[in-house]
Amino acid sequence: MTPETIQAIIFYFLAAVLVVSCFFVVFSRDIVHSCFGLFFTLMAVAGFYALLGADFLAVTQVVVYVGGILVLLLFGILLTSRTPLVLGLTSRRTYLLATGAGLIIFLLLLAVVTQTHWMAVQAATEPEPTIARLGDLLLGEYLFPFEFSSLTLLAALIGAAYLVRRSDR
Amino acid sequence: MSQIGLTHYLVIAVFLFAMGVVACIARRNAVGILIGIELILNAANINLIAFSRYSGNGNLDGQVFAVFVIILAACEAAVALAIIINLFHGFGTVEVDYASKMKE
Repeated sequence: MTPETIQAIIFYFLAAVLVVSCFFVVFSRDIVHSCFGLFFTLMAVAGFYALLGADFLAVTQVVVYVGGILVLLLFGILLTSRTPLVLGLTSRRTYLLATGAGLIIFLLLLAVVTQTHWMAVQAATEPEPTIARLGDLLLGEYLFPFEFSSLTLLAALIGAAYLVRRSDR
Repeated sequence: MSQIGLTHYLVIAVFLFAMGVVACIARRNAVGILIGIELILNAANINLIAFSRYSGNGNLDGQVFAVFVIILAACEAAVALAIIINLFHGFGTVEVDYASKMKE
């Protein structure tokens, strides 16, 4: 098997995982099931990052999304559920309307993506480790946005802690 | 099986984006809407990294942008969950239909 064939097999496997789990995320009646579906979706996206040669981002995706945001979402669900089954979908009509809107957006964007002639260059070189070069970029050319985003993260976390404090009047 | 190119990744991102939009519209639970937003952000990230890979000359600017998107997604999730918990304390529910006012 050529490397291209192996790459294609991995790609279609990840795509299948992503599509199936995505349907679970969006159409599951139970929001906890939807959260578990999100786990597989995020893992598949991390697989796509790895396939695209973004090794650092694939690991970051697993650490930040699966390890952080998903757990945070589960906490949010469990802290705010009063009934065991939290129904997350609206009436059948809104549901159909939303699916129709999503389908229209999907077909429209699909047409744009497939009709456009992208000036894509097939990446000539094999993907190489990106961590050192990403570090150079983040602490060189992108130093100000990097520091600013760290400040934003700090402010957002302090703000979140302030918002959920127990107010003893 | 044709060779995997830029368009394949863009189609995956389009699918993820559309599903995120459906989740945002159809979900009544505020956490479900947040999950939809996470799907949309992931779609954007796939686009950024795919364009970064297929831009030739090994340019990594797209990946740097993806790092910033992940950082902002973490901020957004933290603040949104704080707001959702506040909503729950105020209204006793996280259904957004009942929370059309800022205070009870």
